[in-house]
Amino acid sequence: MMKKPLHFQIKRIGAVLAAAAIGILSVPMHSDAVEHRSYTYIYDYWGDVQDTPDVYEVFKVFTSSELGLPERLNNPSGIYQHDGYVYICDTGNNKIVVLATDPDLGLVYDHEFSSIKLAPGPSNLSGPTDIAISEDGNIFIADKGNNRIVKVDSNLNYLMQFDLPVDTALSPDTIFLPNKLVVDTAERVYCISDGINKGLLKYEADGTFAGFIGATKAPYDLWDYIWKKFATQEQIDRMPVDVPTEYSNIYMDYEGFIYASVPVSDAQALDDLKVDSVRRLNLLGNNILVNNGNWLNCGDIYWGSAGGYSGPSSFSDVTAFENDIYVCLDRNRGRLFGYDDQGRMVFGFGGNGNMDGYFRRPVGIEHIGYDLLVLDQADCSITYFVLSDFGQNIYNAIDQFDRGEYEASGESWQRVLDADGNYDLAYIGIGRSLLRQERYKEAMEYFELKYDDENYSKAFKEYRKEWVQSHLFITVAIILLVFLIPLGIEKYRSMKIEIATSDVFRFPDPEDNMTREEIREYHKKQRQEFKEREKAKKEARKLAKMGSNR
Amino acid sequence: MANTEVKKNSVVGGILGWFKKTFDAKYWDSLKFSLYCLTHPLDGFWDLTHEKRGTYAAANTILFATVLVRLLNLKYTSFVIQTVYWEDLNVWLYIASILFPLALFVIGNWATTTLFDGKGKLGQVYIGTCYALTPYPLMQVPLMILSNGLTVNEAQFYTVLSAISLVWCGLLLIAGMGQIHEFGGAKNILFLVFSLFAMLVMIFILMLFFSMITQGIGYFYSLYREFLFRA
Repeated sequence: MMKKPLHFQIKRIGAVLAAAAIGILSVPMHSDAVEHRSYTYIYDYWGDVQDTPDVYEVFKVFTSSELGLPERLNNPSGIYQHDGYVYICDTGNNKIVVLATDPDLGLVYDHEFSSIKLAPGPSNLSGPTDIAISEDGNIFIADKGNNRIVKVDSNLNYLMQFDLPVDTALSPDTIFLPNKLVVDTAERVYCISDGINKGLLKYEADGTFAGFIGATKAPYDLWDYIWKKFATQEQIDRMPVDVPTEYSNIYMDYEGFIYASVPVSDAQALDDLKVDSVRRLNLLGNNILVNNGNWLNCGDIYWGSAGGYSGPSSFSDVTAFENDIYVCLDRNRGRLFGYDDQGRMVFGFGGNGNMDGYFRRPVGIEHIGYDLLVLDQADCSITYFVLSDFGQNIYNAIDQFDRGEYEASGESWQRVLDADGNYDLAYIGIGRSLLRQERYKEAMEYFELKYDDENYSKAFKEYRKEWVQSHLFITVAIILLVFLIPLGIEKYRSMKIEIATSDVFRFPDPEDNMTREEIREYHKKQRQEFKEREKAKKEARKLAKMGSNR
Repeated sequence: MANTEVKKNSVVGGILGWFKKTFDAKYWDSLKFSLYCLTHPLDGFWDLTHEKRGTYAAANTILFATVLVRLLNLKYTSFVIQTVYWEDLNVWLYIASILFPLALFVIGNWATTTLFDGKGKLGQVYIGTCYALTPYPLMQVPLMILSNGLTVNEAQFYTVLSAISLVWCGLLLIAGMGQIHEFGGAKNILFLVFSLFAMLVMIFILMLFFSMITQGIGYFYSLYREFLFRA
């Protein structure tokens, strides 16, 4: 396990002091900025910021000189990891830099290339913005300056290229500016092209255009619609146009689903749930990302204007681990946000600044195993984050649960809890582990602590079933009593009247020698009299009562 | 004779005697009468004031029970139904959030109706309003217990029953105000709406009053500070 370098910690202390000084000197500063004391945080059930131990620690920040590059990086815009090699798209220098990973040093310079062989068009790359490599080892490059996506083999021999599709949905003067791309196992290409907001362009492996998928919805507002009905043409022209947002970046996960980040700038649309900050697209382009967290997976949930940054988090890239945790990169505040497969926040950390672990213009994120690489365009640097012991425990717990080792998962979560008693997922994790071990009562307690009503209900349902089974006699007795007592009282009352009015207790005088008819008549009369007597009694009681109230 | 002496000397007898002295039959009857009002709102609320079946003591009891049940709800209703952010909860403010609108309504209703032939006195409006709250404690206590046996999917039962208790209170209030003021249906509704406006006006005046007071105090305080500096 790599430890946090000492200089980093010293810098952190300096940062806190600097922040405090700024806080004292500048009066109109938002309190949010001062409250974020810790580097890593989560939002708890109530949306309160809870400081947590660092889930990721900076291993090293790799600059051009640190890597020993022959030429300084210039405006790099894409980062891609394949088979232990990290590819940096050095857009400004029209080339691609390949770095090898090293267990001790992190990243080392391997080689670079700027041209391809046997190309029918230009052989030199012009402002490459992204790269992807298929399982067969073929390399796909978004050659933005040359308006093409080229496919080359591992020796950089030209194989084919993908151009602007001929489609009626595109205006004829559209220029093909492929910006980001991913390739699936069948070598189908999905790409984001600047200026095309109809979703991802999908190409079949043979280069034919297969249509647009996963278009983002245009935010629609009834009030805007009504307003536009009455506005003049000049007013309409000056209004912000409701166009669907373009994706900022895409990432293909190990299952072949595409994670796509959306640079949200409209806070209102986010509030109204009209836009997603990040989506996971299936083959049909539908968003299948689960969002069961207490808060939206939109990065920061408070957008106070502090330090010159305002508005919601704007994701510039996303990457996903094999344990289904995905990490989004916020270029607005330079933060990273991790969410689990249920959309619950695992961590948030980072910030804008010049220190290690802070960014100036983060544009790309990649991962090697569980380590994270963040490409900073303005700094021309790659920040290498390694998982801390705390983070390792979280990931262990999730992996163990997925493997069915519920008891071990519970123990790992307990270790997380020992380090941070405010970590919500640990409570829920222990609860879920107990639930699988059929220890329902204990599970319920853990879920209740963090208000997880769904899981609580699962546990409670089982617990209730068990309770009813073990207390079968009492349960049945209670149910019977609830129904039988009122019924019994009713029956008792009617019987009382029945007995009181019964013929059995009032016989006609035998000396009268009545006929059958007369006897019947006599009984009828008796019943009538009894009812009248009862009525009179009731009346008297009521009168007496009213009298006493006066 | 012997029997009564035993009763007098026994503890039970003592307590019973104390109860009888403290809560006379009138109190219990008036409290029990709230149950009659539940199912016979028109008849019940007519008798409440015109036949003097209601008492302040019973009205206070119902109000107290309502506030108490609302407080108990916070703690004992299952978190599946509602979660409480305890860090931000001020019990006194929470109680005030029930009592203050109630007081505003009573005063507002009396103030508007009394100008337009409303027969109800302020005290009668208060008693009527409190009696109209009866379904709330009666239904919420069993619901509170029930909520702890519910899962998320069954929470709908609670929601519906809880809504019924509130709607019942509302209907009783409408019926009660109509009977107390001897208003017909349309006029009654109209004056209930007026009462709401009266409440708003009172809130406005109160806010105005408090901000004026604050300004006034602020003025004299700054004057005092100025004086200290110069002296």
